[in-house]
Amino acid sequence: MSPILFWIFSALMLGFGAATILNRNPVASALSLVVSFLGLAALFFGLDANFIGVIQILVYAGAVMVLFIFIIMLLDLKAEQRRQINIPALLGGVAIVVAFTAQLVTVIRSYKAGNEPFAAITPNLPDAHNIGMTLFANYNLPFQVIGVLILVASIGVVVLSQRELK
Amino acid sequence: MITLNDYLLVSGLLFALGFAGVLLRRNIIIIFMGLELMLNAANLSLVAFSRFGIVNGLPNYNGQMLVFFIITVAAAEVAVGLAIIVALYRARQTTNVEDLNTLKF
Amino acid sequence: MNAILQFLSDPLPFLVWTTLAKSAGLLGVVLVMVSYTVYAERRVSSLMQDRLGPNRTGFPTSLLGFGIKDWSPFLGGLGQPIADALKLLLKEDFTPAYVNKFYYWIAPGLGIGAAIISLAVIPFGSSIAGVDMVIANVDIGPLFVFAISSLGVYGIVLAGWSSNSKYPFLGAVRSTNQLISYELALGLSIVPLILIIGKLNLVEIVSYQVQNGWMLLPGITAKAPHLPTLEQFLTWIPVFIAFLVFTISMFAETNRLPFDLPEAETELVSGYHTEYSSLKFALFFLGEYTAMITGSALIVTLFLGGWHFPGIPDGSAAGWLGVMWGLVNIGVFLAKVVAFLIFFIFIRWTLPRFRYDQLMKLGWIWFFEIALVNIFITALIVTYVH
Repeated sequence: MSPILFWIFSALMLGFGAATILNRNPVASALSLVVSFLGLAALFFGLDANFIGVIQILVYAGAVMVLFIFIIMLLDLKAEQRRQINIPALLGGVAIVVAFTAQLVTVIRSYKAGNEPFAAITPNLPDAHNIGMTLFANYNLPFQVIGVLILVASIGVVVLSQRELK
Repeated sequence: MITLNDYLLVSGLLFALGFAGVLLRRNIIIIFMGLELMLNAANLSLVAFSRFGIVNGLPNYNGQMLVFFIITVAAAEVAVGLAIIVALYRARQTTNVEDLNTLKF
Repeated sequence: MNAILQFLSDPLPFLVWTTLAKSAGLLGVVLVMVSYTVYAERRVSSLMQDRLGPNRTGFPTSLLGFGIKDWSPFLGGLGQPIADALKLLLKEDFTPAYVNKFYYWIAPGLGIGAAIISLAVIPFGSSIAGVDMVIANVDIGPLFVFAISSLGVYGIVLAGWSSNSKYPFLGAVRSTNQLISYELALGLSIVPLILIIGKLNLVEIVSYQVQNGWMLLPGITAKAPHLPTLEQFLTWIPVFIAFLVFTISMFAETNRLPFDLPEAETELVSGYHTEYSSLKFALFFLGEYTAMITGSALIVTLFLGGWHFPGIPDGSAAGWLGVMWGLVNIGVFLAKVVAFLIFFIFIRWTLPRFRYDQLMKLGWIWFFEIALVNIFITALIVTYVH
């Protein structure tokens, strides 16, 4: 992936990721998150992971975020009012995040192997085919367990949304 | 030239953003979005590692498999999580976590 | 001059300019098709209702010196799309005071953008002078189309929500619900096809059909048309079921009658674009018809052999002959798409609208299950055939 594209999409992803957590209006947050996910999908395409990139758009941008926006609209959430800011909590949170980022940067700096360039990949990689082979040959059991998980989740959602909460 | 470390850095920053969202915001839906950001940051580093650990010109598909499963589990998690938020909203008419203090002593 | 030609035939600049040329050409063709689909919609509906329809706005043939005779029986009404477009452009662009401005403005663009981008992976011809007639030859064609068209939901949701008014909001909620529900059936219904063909690349899906017969009409191959063999007949059964489910789901995805509940005039004024006027309304209108063209193009590519027609070779021959056949292939593809669009229009003016609960029942109880069972049937048949 050319450096220019990489930095453009990274900036897009991080910028809109920041907009997600800074926006006061939940709908604006959700839409920023959609754009952030699109940038992430572009990074996946740049890493020759076409299938994962498309799944990312299909599942996250196309389904999960629509669900979010739907819920926000149905609950009719307005922009939050300014509240009394809990200063110690805010400072603590910022401190933890800054410490985490600093630590992360140090760890990545010291990871020498990561500075090697990416090795060449087979051109016109049959990506979907290879993923299918790996999925059904090596990960068959986890795949079926995931199926059960989704079944349980969907039953759970139906139960949760039908029961009258007293 | 873009190296693995650049991807890891970007992914780490995205994770930090999600982390900040979870820690600092008080709206439960935004907190949930922060969680999604963190999951996606993990996905990015996994795909970058999968592309980096190349074998015979093929990426290491085990990493991408993990991403596939993370996306699936995250979708299920969002469905259940949002259902819980809706139930919570019906019971309390709020999405602000500071107002959910019934158990507070 | 030679230096320029040299530069243009280098691999990278060649790729760039051919892709740009293909995109621009496809966009132009699609926009013209959209405006004439609207015209066809009005003419066909009037034909079916024993009316005349728009038959006046023609081209001023008498002024251009083609004689005084009025050609309106032939050309009458063909100028209607131009007049319509001018009317929509020149109308007052009214933005209500109570809307959420930013989202109100970006919503129309999102809808049409998604519909146009998903055309990028559809092979609309064989090849001209060695250039494949597809903008992006990706390995994950159908998935790409579904992924991008699922982004079109945002246009509708935002339009409904930002309008800050009841009917648009109800329309948007209905529309989103409908799109998400039918996306499942749409995605699952093409799995049998992919099981049979074994490829996820739309170009390869078309070339498979050229070799082994169209998916829906297995007798039509590059060789002489013949009656299908037993194996072909067996694989045809799930393909036919998939075709039915896919086509009907496509009607729901494009908000066409009998599933046009998001904009049911009698209940919702006109659904999610009630508050829109002028150019922004025109963009919604264009987006809807572009989605219809994308849908038809996908159906033609997946089930009806794409650009292939028996007796017409592909554009691989050398020289001008190859270019000519390549153009003919594009023409065949467009003709098939137009035939499908006419079919869309016929259905619209034939069937009454569904009730909302019927729509949901059809999607979730019938199509979802049929598509799932169809995958099992296909797996059995494919194992038997191989």
